[in-house]
Amino acid sequence: MMDTGVSKRKFKQVGTRPARPDGVDKVKGRAMYGADMTAPGMLTGRILRSPHAHAEIVSIDVSEAVALTGVKAVVTGADLVAQDDIAMRDIQINVLATDKVLYDGHAVAAVAAVNADVARAALKLIKVTYRALPHVTDVDAAMAPDAPVVQAGRSLETVPAGMSANVTNQCEFGHGNLDAGFARADLVIERSFTTAATHQGYIEPHACLASMTSDGKAEVWCCTQGHFNVRSICAPLLGIEASQLRVTASEIGGGFGGKTAVFIEPVALALSRKSGRPVKIVMTRDEVFKATGPTVATSMDVKIGMTKDGRITAGDATLRYSGGAFPCGTVEMGAQSAFAAYDLEAVRTLGWNVLTNRPKEAAYRAPGAPQAIYAVESVIDELCQKLNLDPLDVRIKNAATKGTLSSYGPTFDDIGLMATLEAAKNHPHYSAPLGKNQGRGLSAGFWFNFGGNTSVSLTVNTDGTVSVSEGNPDIGGSRASISLMAAEELGIGYDKVRTIIADTASLGHNDNTDGSRVTFAVGLATIHAARDVIKKMCGRAARMWDIDEDAVTWVDGAAVPAGDNAGKFPPMTLAEIAATSLQTGGPLAGHHEFTADGAGVSFGVHLCDIEVDPETGHTSVLRYTVFQDAGKAVHPDYVEGQMQGGAVQGIGWALNEEYIYGRDGRLQNAGFLDYRIPVASDLPKIDTVILEIPNPGHPYGVRGVGETPIVPPLAAVSNAVARAIGMRMTSLPMSPPRILKALSGG
Amino acid sequence: MKTIQVATTINGDATEFVCAPDESLLDVLRNRLGLTGAKEGCGTGDCGACTVTLDGRMVCSCLVLGAEVEGSTITTIEGMSTGDALHPLQQAFIDHAALQCGICTPGILVAAKALLDRNPDPTDTELRYWLAGNLCRCTGYDKIIAAVQDAAAKMRTA
Repeated sequence: MMDTGVSKRKFKQVGTRPARPDGVDKVKGRAMYGADMTAPGMLTGRILRSPHAHAEIVSIDVSEAVALTGVKAVVTGADLVAQDDIAMRDIQINVLATDKVLYDGHAVAAVAAVNADVARAALKLIKVTYRALPHVTDVDAAMAPDAPVVQAGRSLETVPAGMSANVTNQCEFGHGNLDAGFARADLVIERSFTTAATHQGYIEPHACLASMTSDGKAEVWCCTQGHFNVRSICAPLLGIEASQLRVTASEIGGGFGGKTAVFIEPVALALSRKSGRPVKIVMTRDEVFKATGPTVATSMDVKIGMTKDGRITAGDATLRYSGGAFPCGTVEMGAQSAFAAYDLEAVRTLGWNVLTNRPKEAAYRAPGAPQAIYAVESVIDELCQKLNLDPLDVRIKNAATKGTLSSYGPTFDDIGLMATLEAAKNHPHYSAPLGKNQGRGLSAGFWFNFGGNTSVSLTVNTDGTVSVSEGNPDIGGSRASISLMAAEELGIGYDKVRTIIADTASLGHNDNTDGSRVTFAVGLATIHAARDVIKKMCGRAARMWDIDEDAVTWVDGAAVPAGDNAGKFPPMTLAEIAATSLQTGGPLAGHHEFTADGAGVSFGVHLCDIEVDPETGHTSVLRYTVFQDAGKAVHPDYVEGQMQGGAVQGIGWALNEEYIYGRDGRLQNAGFLDYRIPVASDLPKIDTVILEIPNPGHPYGVRGVGETPIVPPLAAVSNAVARAIGMRMTSLPMSPPRILKALSGG
Repeated sequence: MKTIQVATTINGDATEFVCAPDESLLDVLRNRLGLTGAKEGCGTGDCGACTVTLDGRMVCSCLVLGAEVEGSTITTIEGMSTGDALHPLQQAFIDHAALQCGICTPGILVAAKALLDRNPDPTDTELRYWLAGNLCRCTGYDKIIAAVQDAAAKMRTA
């Protein structure tokens, strides 16, 4: 790890690499994930899904299924409460369709039965009469004036008249005079790009166990990135109040944004209410691909002007994103992030979201940014090639720094882009020799990061240990980071702290585990909760010493008199205060609830070496280095893990992964055999360099790190391929057939 | 459907169960025997999360029928270590932060042990190809490779 020396604070715990608290359970196979929980009398739930890309539901006859021995309940869209709020209504009809099915795999009915065999048999007895409608699955085709209309009446006022009814929203960002900027350029390049929809690809399918009684009391156990969100969505769909629904998050087997959405939990609750028994639903992998969120599919045009010496004079991007059959705002994040890495006088991004007959988009790690930045970084790379400029020097010349008016509006505070670019330039990887058919690519990447609503409770136990209760599922080691920050602030050992994920009844609302927010926002709440209890512990010491509360301060895990005037007393440790707490005023606890802001944007730079096999079109990644600003790496192992994992997801996106639809509008590759995510033998070591440019919005300087690493790989790999084969690929993934076609002049 | 009675040895214990003729070994382990360490990621043998060893051979338990294992010896993640001790591979995964979400971890540990039982000193390339049937979406495999090599080194000198 590179120490830039800018972090002023000396840490005792933060920055170390202790064992995670859930490690032993996870390596012994004891950790309980979504599908691992059972309940007495539990039934198996299964969901009937549409075989059509687009159809009207004429009728649903469940009578034969209900009559089958062993079937205890059947539900359809009519069993959920119709929602008035449009965003909630989209979720409602995605969870169980009502009038129309909008994509291959859309849920239409569900059964609960004594076992999976009976449940499967019952699904076959449900008679759904469909009237097939014309469908459209391609984003550009959906924008044509005569395209089949996926959902009518969904265009916002921002959309100009005359566009396809599938265009739901338009957004525009930027500043400066584009025409003047392009006129100043020595070279202007304009290119069009497409990227395929990709799936988050978490290895654990969605799973839940729900129990609901006829008097409206309900419990859900599920794998989710936000159990408070599950409660917020399920309660109105079932017509119950939040207080009556307790949701407990299981261990989660990956999410990457995809488990911020709700699919099966309301269905399991409805089945449980109807059957009077607990119901477990576990998706198959086929269902995960067909009916849970992939990311957006895109079509983009990017035009950039550059002077001979590498200054970008203007940048213009038009983005057409499709988030499937429902409106989604992902294109706005793409439009805001497209040029965020650069200090530009003239920049504009225009974005449209377009409806298609595909599953409802769910967030995927920096949603919207990898695609737009891929297009921008590809054009910058081509300009560098044609102007014979070093691509790192050009990025350094144009990099956004503190005080830059960003392309999406805000002015940047302390940011780490320049430090990551310079670290890349000075790294031996950048000057290592390359062989035949090999190329080196690079890309910068950006993500906003998020704070959000957070509630943390921290108790000091009488034996001098500390329990932290937080409300964000731990998706990659965050309990260790939260414990480290609690220990740091309290001045006690990491092993004295245990952090758990509490259920929805135990804390105030917590936003999802998303936006790279947990280590930042939950960490911040934990620090404030620790300070809250420190104040109370100082009060106890003051009372025992019989001095003023304000005359006591907290140093290295103990209360001490603030100065000589306060009186002379030896330090009273947390353990000593805790031991007598039940006699000095009662239990000791701190808490903090807030809407965190100041998340601090994040930048990364990736270097990638590849080799293309001219006979097969196969691309091998030979060497890969990730440079990223973490603000402060609380647990560096898990920061590196985010950088490596995000990079590899991006490599998969660049080279292999794509949703493939047939002419019938049905998904053709709904399985891990045909939707190929990277395996160990596809990859080299993924080297990491952590930079630490402290975030002014966090007392330890922490920035979110989880999402930025998936942003640069698309362009880094593509730019490497362009240099290896002497041709620019403009469609992702760059699968072997596409490379072969390009090499053969097609 | 008539069930079949099967006698096996699982993690060293004589174990009998009944199962349907079309029931997978994975479903038997998880739903009948309470051994939920093996995970179902796909049900089609593509992800390796359900990896166990069957008479010493590494298999995807979702592709084996429960009825097939009569007289066989099966080891799952739950049998990798006993008592309060961890297998060196398990310890190395914790020490190297080789898991993030941990859902693939049981299958990868069983697979890695099966490799080291045959080849105590694999190259990184051998290791990466051996583990190619075990998908991990969180880590990019980097820390997994480092953890297995560290465990292998410790096991060679133990």
